Amino acid sequence: MAAYIVRRLWQMIPTMLGVILLVFVLFNWVGGDPAYVLAGKISNQEQIDNIRRQLGVDQPYWVQLWIFVKQVLTADFGASWSTNERISHILATRLGPSLTVLVPLLILDTIISVALALAVAYVRGSLTDRLVMILCTVGLSISILVYIIVFQYFFAYKLGWFPVQGWGSGFWENLVVYSSLPILIGLVVSIAPSLRLYRTFVLDEINQDYVRTARAKGVGENRIMWVHVLRNASIPIITYVMAALPGLLLGAFLIERFFSIPGIGREVILAVERSDFPVIKAITVYVAFATILSNLLADLMYKAVDPRVQLK
Amino acid sequence: MSTDAATLPRAHRPGGPREVPRHVSPGLWTLAWRRLRADRVAMVSLWIVAAFLVMMVLSGSGLIASDWSREVGVNYAPPTFVGPDAGGQGPGAASPHGDAGPTAASEFESTVVDPIGDVIAELRRGQAPSGAAHGGDVVDPLADVMKDIRSQKGAAAGGTVDPLADVMKDIQSGRGAPAAAAAEERRATLPFGGDKWGRDVLKKTIKGSETSIFVGIAAAFVATLIGTLLGALAGYYGRWIDDALNWFYNVFSSVPYLLLILAVAAVLQQKGMTTIILILGLTGWTGIFRLIRAEYLKHKGREYVQAADAIGASHGRKMFVHIFPNVSHVVLVQLSILTVGFIKAEVILSYLGFGVPVDVVSWGSMLNEAQNELILGKWWQLAAATAAMALLVTAFSLFTDALRDALDPKLKGLKGH
Repeated sequence: MAAYIVRRLWQMIPTMLGVILLVFVLFNWVGGDPAYVLAGKISNQEQIDNIRRQLGVDQPYWVQLWIFVKQVLTADFGASWSTNERISHILATRLGPSLTVLVPLLILDTIISVALALAVAYVRGSLTDRLVMILCTVGLSISILVYIIVFQYFFAYKLGWFPVQGWGSGFWENLVVYSSLPILIGLVVSIAPSLRLYRTFVLDEINQDYVRTARAKGVGENRIMWVHVLRNASIPIITYVMAALPGLLLGAFLIERFFSIPGIGREVILAVERSDFPVIKAITVYVAFATILSNLLADLMYKAVDPRVQLK
Repeated sequence: MSTDAATLPRAHRPGGPREVPRHVSPGLWTLAWRRLRADRVAMVSLWIVAAFLVMMVLSGSGLIASDWSREVGVNYAPPTFVGPDAGGQGPGAASPHGDAGPTAASEFESTVVDPIGDVIAELRRGQAPSGAAHGGDVVDPLADVMKDIRSQKGAAAGGTVDPLADVMKDIQSGRGAPAAAAAEERRATLPFGGDKWGRDVLKKTIKGSETSIFVGIAAAFVATLIGTLLGALAGYYGRWIDDALNWFYNVFSSVPYLLLILAVAAVLQQKGMTTIILILGLTGWTGIFRLIRAEYLKHKGREYVQAADAIGASHGRKMFVHIFPNVSHVVLVQLSILTVGFIKAEVILSYLGFGVPVDVVSWGSMLNEAQNELILGKWWQLAAATAAMALLVTAFSLFTDALRDALDPKLKGLKGH
């Protein structure tokens, strides 16, 4: 097991270097000289020269790349071009609000979708099943923007059930008062695709021999669905959840923006609007690393769920 | 034997090629088409998608909705079935919207005013976030929203590429003759309502559909082309080419898709249709790469490829003349999945202002306007853009599902991505 993890970590290095290279090419080569971007933001020529020197713009490309690699390894990307805030500080402070919204969202989404998928797959082919699937297809076709605009207008502005937007200081206040509506919208948007997918995973299992065997030996229907089928269907479900994990951090960026939640996603949009390259670079690199690690985590979880899986 | 039977009639009766198809067993595409024809949902979806495509072509060639930017109605003209201005926008009713200071409110009353007036007022406020104009509103739940929007506008205005400059230029050039617009008879209602400047929402939606669908399709073609080409190379050649391309794939797919799009959007400063098509296309090829690579791995060892090899076909010929037709159904399904995805992505990008330029209307830019309109109770633009998009995307998704089932009946009812 330990040997497997070490080998996997070792194999990650080329991919991580690739991500660094991709971001470097994008921002240092395609992006061009930061002086052009900075000219409109910082009037002080000395400061611009300073930033150019930091990035090594006048040096050959391999020196610039080395500077960037050092930045990634030391987690020191300098300061934001717009607000002059330390980037490590930006990341540290924005992570909390994002997770406050996303962790409950992910947990609720998984529980609700899995339960609904089991229920819908159990009555497959019936009117209920088809209605739910049509509802999912139609629900999926409406842009997330529309859900946010309408829900925010209706539940927060018109009915006043939730604050229109904002963020407090206490954890519980944030979770209960400010995150409820964003989580609700997130659920509406994310359940439809997850449910459609999980339903097919469950359908793959529901006709297997072991289900018939279980039924023949008198296992209750609830136990068949929740224990036998669910456990077998959980491998693709885990793959999907783990793959969605890092993307969620940003997938919710629209929600964070609309509700003024000071999270990572909103920071990315602000940074793109302000051409704040160091912030985007840092977030891209770290989110990519998180993705790579969560892939490993997914593989380890397979082993926990299904002992037959061989880790090679 | 069967080849003889198929070729014989042609050789003997040069005048009767009509007879030939009877001897030929139906191919994949014929069978798929038959299965598709039998699927009623698929055919209805296909007709809807086709109608949208025809609309896109007509609108693109200027046959319909070319005059979408004409201000034919009063500002915020309500839809006809609602009735003209149902007591909506008197001076008293201006209270729910905080942003409309005294200037904007007075402009709502008189409909014949200069249509640029409130835009400019808004722009001015946008450029000076300190804007004391709204200081008076104590009970304004949306003051924060507006402040946020304004401050972002203000911040954006500082950049090298000033987005507001474009707006101003557009306004100045597009509405160079305000006298003509003002002189025109403005209608109190429009069939599907009017927007802020009294433009017909129906025509605007048609024009927006053109942009969004075109961007979606074009970007899907770019992504499919890249993904297919790289996938074919990786799967066919294997070895170090496969390793290198797989590494490339791993790198691209480890950056979440939307983040990659935003990063590319940040770097490519100039806005335009080409830019957004390239952004979506260059970042969206990973899924199809994986599938096509697997297909080529599977096919390259088959007998027909060996046979092609035996008669001396080149690598390129084997890859694209022999194998490609056998995997093209995968490409087609992916193309249509990508189109749906890109239409949705374009809407989000344009909404955020990273998509189409300001003078081009798309569903995303309509939603952007609609957000502020909704607070004023003008819901029709939101409804129009949402309905058009929902209809197309639903039809397209259903058609894609049916297409996949028709092309690969083994999968029917199993894989429903």
